[in-house]
Amino acid sequence: MFKKVAIVAAGVILFSSAQMASAQSARDYISIVGSSTVYPFATVVAEQFGKTTQYKTPKIESTGTGGGFKLFCTGVGVEHPDITNASRRIKSTELEQCQANGVKEVVELKIGYDGIVFANSKKAEPLNISRKDIFLALAKDVPDPNGGENTVPNPYKTWKDVNGSLPDKKIEVLGPPPTSGTRDAFVEMVMEEGGNSFDWIKALSKSDSSKYKGICHTVREDGAYIEAGENDNLIVQKLDANPDAFGIFGFSFLDQNTDKIQGALIDGVEPTFDAIADGSYPVSRSLYCYAKKAHVDVIPGMKEYLDEFASEAAWGPDGYLVEKGMIPMPDAEREKFGADVKDLKILESVE
Amino acid sequence: MNRKIETESDVVIFPKKTMDIVKRGLARRYRSERRFKFLGLSAIAASLVFLFLLFASIIGNGYTAFWQTFIRLDIDFDPQVLTEDNLSRANYSGLVKGSLHTLFPGVSGRQDRRAMEGLISKGAAFELRKMVMNDPELIGTTRSIWLTADDDVDMVVKGHIDRSVPEIARRISDLQLSWIDTLSDQGRIRKQFNTAFFTNGDSREPELAGIRGALVGSFYTLIVTLLLSFPIGVASAVYLEEFAPKNRLTDIIEVNINNLAAVPSIVFGLLGLAVFLNFAGLPRSAPLVGGLVLTLMTLPTIIISGRAALKSVPPSIREGALGIGASKTQMVMHHVLPLALPGMLTGTIIGMAQALGETAPLLMIGMVAFIVDVPGGFTDPSTVLPVQIFLWADSPERAFVERTSAAIIVLLGFLIVMNATAVFLRKRFERRW
Repeated sequence: MFKKVAIVAAGVILFSSAQMASAQSARDYISIVGSSTVYPFATVVAEQFGKTTQYKTPKIESTGTGGGFKLFCTGVGVEHPDITNASRRIKSTELEQCQANGVKEVVELKIGYDGIVFANSKKAEPLNISRKDIFLALAKDVPDPNGGENTVPNPYKTWKDVNGSLPDKKIEVLGPPPTSGTRDAFVEMVMEEGGNSFDWIKALSKSDSSKYKGICHTVREDGAYIEAGENDNLIVQKLDANPDAFGIFGFSFLDQNTDKIQGALIDGVEPTFDAIADGSYPVSRSLYCYAKKAHVDVIPGMKEYLDEFASEAAWGPDGYLVEKGMIPMPDAEREKFGADVKDLKILESVE
Repeated sequence: MNRKIETESDVVIFPKKTMDIVKRGLARRYRSERRFKFLGLSAIAASLVFLFLLFASIIGNGYTAFWQTFIRLDIDFDPQVLTEDNLSRANYSGLVKGSLHTLFPGVSGRQDRRAMEGLISKGAAFELRKMVMNDPELIGTTRSIWLTADDDVDMVVKGHIDRSVPEIARRISDLQLSWIDTLSDQGRIRKQFNTAFFTNGDSREPELAGIRGALVGSFYTLIVTLLLSFPIGVASAVYLEEFAPKNRLTDIIEVNINNLAAVPSIVFGLLGLAVFLNFAGLPRSAPLVGGLVLTLMTLPTIIISGRAALKSVPPSIREGALGIGASKTQMVMHHVLPLALPGMLTGTIIGMAQALGETAPLLMIGMVAFIVDVPGGFTDPSTVLPVQIFLWADSPERAFVERTSAAIIVLLGFLIVMNATAVFLRKRFERRW
């Protein structure tokens, strides 16, 4: 009797799960994953797309750039995401993984730029700092202050120790954790450039790349650099409470809180919209969006969503994404990428 | 210390010296009792202070979100724009912009025009579209309509943006402030109850964002959790308490259930991802999967509280039932279980209240996502209220700060109601043996 009940119950469960699987195959909304930096922009486009067309609003998850690629490259099929956002270009290893799992046709769409600012509270003096000084202040091992081509654990405690013209305040920086794409971009654009100002470190990048990465990518762990998590609102609040601290986050948060915080001048350039747009502010990165061509005919509305993203009303200089803090690409780039996505041009390889 | 009393008679007389010792010690004893009482009271006072601070800060931050600023505009429903064949795709935002230009003629230049058009929310065009689609008689008339203001205007009117700060450090320019003051003098600005907060789904525009999608998602998820965890939990508790033989296997099961109650909730999310999503192929982000994961999480709570309720039924009830000829099953189902049900109900409600506030296990199954449409069923993608709070807390717009606190107030309200119901049921129906 019990065996009969058990067999019937197992049969019911399997049957209903098969039904559910077929319900999944009728997915009529676009599934998007990826970067938490692109998330604010992708969500605006998705909402606009949902309101103005008859398609359902896409579902967008903020998994982080790396996590997004992992989910994206797992395979082709309705149970996998259709589009992934990224705050950096896809790596060749990730593209190979995609190809290996059957995701052979990947369409790349660059959507704009985002600046990373080094901000402090408006209650304190604005800072004018070079990337070399940021590197010396935040790296775990710095070049020996006495000269020579070796590194010592970071001895600097105040900004004045690093550079005599900087204020005599304790070094305290709130920044993103290692899982964040913002941290990757900050390390690549600020720390590496700062390290490169020392010729022997620059030479290491060719000769001994793992040692080079060890020097430039490792941030100090003795309390001067505090990992403040992904919640940038929290970092802004902490900066407001502690005028001597600095924070590292995206330009959109500076833009929304100009009454409380100000961005430091890096290499003499102030982080304004125009400076980031024309490239004079050195710490800006490109934002991308990758789509599976194989899904375009299966999931309704995918092509129209990409077209909405690539429309002037969205990513143009007068578009609604600019209001959210994204820096638009120059006209020529917008035309190029707009044409590429209209043709669904496949990404062959990444150098 | 026992002091041998040396007396000649049977009556025990305390010598004077003992009384002195006792009297001296008495003062110290009273003092330490008072100190202990004081410590207990101050612990309660400290927790009440923290509770008060929590409520004060959340309510202080969030109560303004229940009001939304509206601006009254005279909209001319131009029949040339609103043609019969293209009502849904017509340029409603053009109607709004036209009305603003009539109010403030002489505004020229792209920047200033955009600043003026930015005073009204982007959702106003959709509000007009809904009005016209419902009542096409409006075409050709001119009406005064109250439209939702942009979130920056809302923040200025509520006083969250400091007007005294220099213009460069503000999101609202001096020119926009002068327009807002003019509109206010003309009686065109007022604050109304924010019904959009309860009727709209999530949005990137704070003035249009609401918790309806999250509430409906939470509702579906909790229904699934309740329908699955209550029968399974009660049945397990009854079996373990009444029918299970007292052997090694039962001990192992008991230990495992008690341990499950202490497992971090995100582990259930990983289990859900592996079994329900990857193996069984259920749709991602659906309340069905969320409910299944939360069932696994609440089962230990229900089982443990159910067993405690069953244990509290006295043996006299069981023996009485058996004594008049009931079988073991009849004794359990007809006599013991109904009496233990109030206790089980209390445990279930507390388990549900816990499940309502969970976010971590839902992260792995994809319910932490930007979902605008209100879910219509158990397999539509949805999110839950604590997740909505988490997502809004991450947004940079100033207006989301107050909305996050308002959503927390709603969530806390639900939790307090559920826990109060549990306490009420317990007081009303539980029998003290």
